[in-house]
Amino acid sequence: MSEKINGAEALVRSIIAEQTDTIFGYPGGAIMPVYDKLYDHTDELRHILVRHEQGATHAAQGYARVTGKAGVVVVTSGPAATNVITGLSDALMDSTPLVVITGQVASSLLGTDAFQETDVVGIVHPVTKWAVQVRRAQDIPLAVARAFYIARNGRPGPVVLDIAKDAQTGEMEWEEYRPCTYIRSYLPRPEVGTAEIAEAARLINHAERPMILSGHGVMIAEAEPELTALAEKAEIPVATTLLGISTIPTAHPLNMGMLGMHGNIGPNYNTNRADLIIAIGMRFDDRVTSSLEHYAPQAKIIHIDIDAAEFNKNVKAQLTIHGDAKDVLQALLPKINSARHQQWVETFADCYKVELEKVINPEVNPAEGMMKMGEVVDRVARAFGEKAVGVTDVGQNQMFGARYFRHSEPKSFLSSGGLGTMGFGLPGAIGAKIGAPERQVVLFVGDGGFQMTIQELGVIMEYGVAVKIVLLNNNFLGNVRQWQQLFFKGRFSATPMVNPDFVEICKAYGIKAENVADRSELAGAIDRMVSSEGAYLLNVNIDPEDMIFPMIPLGGAVDTMMVNADTLFSF
Amino acid sequence: MEETKLYTISAFSENNVGVLNQVTIIFTRRCINIESISASATAIPGVYKITVVAKSTLSAMEKVVKQIEKRIEIIKAFLHTDDEIIYQEVALYKVPTDKMLHESHLEGIIRHHNARILEITPDYTILEKTGHVDETEALFAELRRYGILQFVRSGRAAVTKHPVEFVTNYLEQQAKIHPEWKKFVDGL
Repeated sequence: MSEKINGAEALVRSIIAEQTDTIFGYPGGAIMPVYDKLYDHTDELRHILVRHEQGATHAAQGYARVTGKAGVVVVTSGPAATNVITGLSDALMDSTPLVVITGQVASSLLGTDAFQETDVVGIVHPVTKWAVQVRRAQDIPLAVARAFYIARNGRPGPVVLDIAKDAQTGEMEWEEYRPCTYIRSYLPRPEVGTAEIAEAARLINHAERPMILSGHGVMIAEAEPELTALAEKAEIPVATTLLGISTIPTAHPLNMGMLGMHGNIGPNYNTNRADLIIAIGMRFDDRVTSSLEHYAPQAKIIHIDIDAAEFNKNVKAQLTIHGDAKDVLQALLPKINSARHQQWVETFADCYKVELEKVINPEVNPAEGMMKMGEVVDRVARAFGEKAVGVTDVGQNQMFGARYFRHSEPKSFLSSGGLGTMGFGLPGAIGAKIGAPERQVVLFVGDGGFQMTIQELGVIMEYGVAVKIVLLNNNFLGNVRQWQQLFFKGRFSATPMVNPDFVEICKAYGIKAENVADRSELAGAIDRMVSSEGAYLLNVNIDPEDMIFPMIPLGGAVDTMMVNADTLFSF
Repeated sequence: MEETKLYTISAFSENNVGVLNQVTIIFTRRCINIESISASATAIPGVYKITVVAKSTLSAMEKVVKQIEKRIEIIKAFLHTDDEIIYQEVALYKVPTDKMLHESHLEGIIRHHNARILEITPDYTILEKTGHVDETEALFAELRRYGILQFVRSGRAAVTKHPVEFVTNYLEQQAKIHPEWKKFVDGL
């Protein structure tokens, strides 16, 4: 049975039919018909009113990353559409499924520089997986179906539906909603080649010093059990990328830590000693590889990814396997011989011993002086246990969060990896908490990034989102300061920051908060934050001279790591 | 340093609004200058072909092709060297008629270059030459002494020498698996 409804109603019904229960948005002129219809569906579709459209996209990303569902954003035209671009770009880099709906001026006004008109589809093409303009009401259900299909399948990413106002108000015949299951020009889940699997098994079974690099693709494919099974069966050490964190538990004996510029010594050092690298759902980002000329000279590389455009983009692979990480690993596992690589695994422990002594202990257990970021993250992580979701902003807080947060469950760490978006943290954590209300969500954020999206405290206030915020406050843009200290002769250009009283700001929003000025106050404050029912902020006074190590200097080889400002890693 | 040379990319796409933009921004982002571009219908109903000629290294162009094929509405994209394709470009030359007639070489020029006259007026004559760049350039050089009023050369029209029609085969195979599928309305 069909019935006549308008395009706005069709849009809302279609979004609900895609199993969406929460959307993030901000109303405005060109999207008002949709907001009018949302008003009739508040029991099925919860709308979170953000305080800035960028916040909507990051919150939707946080929501998507903890739920595995697509995050949905609804905003108006013009400036609202341009405000979502940072989030789109971030979601594209970090393979996060977003469906972003922008209102657009009436189709008769397109191209006339109408009020709040902007060329949304033209602007967003480089930062979206797909973008389309809808000019007729009857096209809306099909466009929504395609949008969700494209956002979620294959390598997930953001899509934009730009819906002209007359398409929202126009009438159409509503029939049963049909989700999209196929697009002829896009086959998102390739069949895994048996020859490639056989060759991969042969390489793995013959390797003496194999190493797995586990990326975000493992988490997207929910291939964590297969990853662990492969690692355990053949005793292969696992290193994760930043976004691969929590694909294997922190405490797993084969989890050797994080790759990259501020990663753990073992994975970076041994990248250049491994004879086989099995890269799963990762893209050899420059922050992971450092100098490509000096990357993994002894290793054959097996690259497993669902996005064929990643193959041989940065690093040449001996073998590429195009497919979903779970499909590939399931096909591979029965062909892998049980093996032991004890000596090889021990070399990671040797590296860790040095890292513990030179980097971790001085950072996490300083004898005196001001508090350090690693110390605070470590205490917070231990207090929350291993089941919480850790969110970071970008900068030193991010790297300390990545290094010292602990987790035992998948989908437990989120951060803006590829784009490195300061301001991601607060709305990202809000979205994560809304997506996983039963889990503790703790945000590590610096005083710089916090102020980039600080207005989203209003969302915490309005909806009672119980996010726990650890503000690592050094009154500096710390990461830039670190580079200035190390590479720009200590000329602190525009990095010192005069900050407001953050506790007073929280008070104005009705959010519990306290200052932690001294180490002696830290444990008690963390306890109060952990046990708080509602949101809680700790404004922690951090040593501005604290720096994140190890560090591979820009352009250096992946195994050339500074363990402090004066010393390179060596045994 | 890896050698740079001319490559031809052919991309087969759905005939939707904005596909060409999606293709060209991939070159823009990598600062690869497009030497020529053409877009047209193909023998397959509803399928559109974009042909781009650009000068770059093989490794850069291989990555560009993958990025093009990654776009949702692109069915397939291919990278060709000149020896793998048959291609032509059309050039039009507008020259002053009086100067052309003044000299008696006109017939020789036309014969020699296998050019055609499309129009003659008392003011101007329009010649057409189809061929490769070196051929259309050679005619350009010859006509220059008459003073060329206008000159334009099209993008490449290219077809492959390969015996297999990959796109046709792919679409036929897909149509067998998904007979219910039809193209979205209105360029969506």
